[in-house]
Amino acid sequence: MTVDAWLRAAIADAEERRLPELKPLLEGLALATGALRAGTLTHEAASAPLHHAQPATTGNAGSAAHPPDGPSR
Amino acid sequence: MMSIVEFGRKLRAGETSVAAMTDECLRRIERDNESLNAFILVMAEEARRQAREADEELAAGTDRGPLHGVPVSIKDLVDVRGTATTAASRVREGHRADRDAPIVANLRQAGAVIVGKTNLHEFAFGTTNEDSAFGPVRNPYDPMRSPGGSSGGSAVSLVAGMALGTVGTDTGGSVRIPAAACGTVGLKPSFGEISSEGVVPLSPTLDHVGPLASTVIDAWYLYRALLGRRAVRPLTAVPVGSLRLAVARRYFCDLLDDEVRARFDSGLEALRAAGARIDDIDIPHADLIPSVYLHIVLGDAAAYHAPMLETMPERYTPAVRSRLEIARYVLAEDYVRALAGREMLRREVDQALSGYDALVLPTLPIPAPPLGATSVRVGTKEEPVRSLMLRLTQLFNLTGQPAVSLPCGRTASGLPCGLQLVGTRMQTDGLVKVALAVEDVIGGEEPPLSSPRVEDNPIWGY
Repeated sequence: MTVDAWLRAAIADAEERRLPELKPLLEGLALATGALRAGTLTHEAASAPLHHAQPATTGNAGSAAHPPDGPSR
Repeated sequence: MMSIVEFGRKLRAGETSVAAMTDECLRRIERDNESLNAFILVMAEEARRQAREADEELAAGTDRGPLHGVPVSIKDLVDVRGTATTAASRVREGHRADRDAPIVANLRQAGAVIVGKTNLHEFAFGTTNEDSAFGPVRNPYDPMRSPGGSSGGSAVSLVAGMALGTVGTDTGGSVRIPAAACGTVGLKPSFGEISSEGVVPLSPTLDHVGPLASTVIDAWYLYRALLGRRAVRPLTAVPVGSLRLAVARRYFCDLLDDEVRARFDSGLEALRAAGARIDDIDIPHADLIPSVYLHIVLGDAAAYHAPMLETMPERYTPAVRSRLEIARYVLAEDYVRALAGREMLRREVDQALSGYDALVLPTLPIPAPPLGATSVRVGTKEEPVRSLMLRLTQLFNLTGQPAVSLPCGRTASGLPCGLQLVGTRMQTDGLVKVALAVEDVIGGEEPPLSSPRVEDNPIWGY
């Protein structure tokens, strides 16, 4: 199931359950799910050897990745 | 706020008694709890009885150790026999614990006096303490601001002198976040070290129990007691000149309030000047932390709350109910992806720690936010409060390493900032030794808060 299809189904279900206030939260969750899937996280990848040199960077390298405004605390 | 160590010294020197200290804590609760809202239940009668017994034991030659007669508060997510464990929710109406959680039994065995149960974000599902069936908790440094959460009532009880130590829980930062926002020490031990039996779960995959205290050594005494182990002798600090610390700037320092960044950089400079070596390192997949965390905590929370959401949804506060409802839409395949992500991040943090005594980073990217704020300005942009509050702490719930937040100065308006240290898994004592050294260097420049700023704020009490 794609994230878009999941989001459409979830919003439709929430509306059917008379919980329209969930829509913006579900949209935030969909962004987070998209990011999770883009990370191609599988147990094989998680157990593969790390190839990253450590220490790796100096200074303020990299750009801010805005975390999804998820609903969780 | 007297430390546990200072109280113990005075107690054993005959300069005070357990009864007197307990009465002082209860007096402060009576005076300030109506405005700060730190406690859901005050156990005055039982505390006074325990205090009398502790004094009698000491007089008879029985000394239970560092926590003998120490007034402590307990987050109302933890079972204390004969009381309701409300989780700050109407969903729990009618509950009564018929026995102590093992951690409470351990505290009693160590001699602690339980003064009451503290307010929290409902079911620990939030970091601001705004959503509670018992009303919001207020930050003693500025009552219009959040104390952080979810263990906000615990932190406030400590800072306002209502207890000398306190117990919280930490699923994404809920011990360390209020510790930073209220200027105290908060310790999240390694995952699985301290029993969570008798504690209402949020996410069994991520939940930790941990102490808050005014000093690192006080927090360690509480940690040992929670483990059920007596501290025979205090830990000693690692020599600061031999400290090897690592800073992960990418992601962790990308989004910081200017004053928080300045306090953090000052802390690092002070450590360098004292001889510590500080290198930059990287957590390669740090950008995935929020997504991985979110899917695990939501999946776990949904599993626990589904029956109550079916039968009594109206009893939740609206915001918490909405977040729990969307949790029920998380797909199994995404939960499993998140578990794989957790493994990857764990290995990356383990590798980042290789060759170092600890990682060092800020605890909160911002000072305590105003109550009711959904976003705050960081630099030139408005950023959502929720994701900011968790941004720097949630990783170590995923990966399980011990982490501690220490006070690290205050902003120009007097709001506390926190510095976080992260150690090697299952080596919490090692982390505490590092924290003792860091506390010696960066702590102590600010006087402790002796009393809430009631008189300073014209809209106090609203």
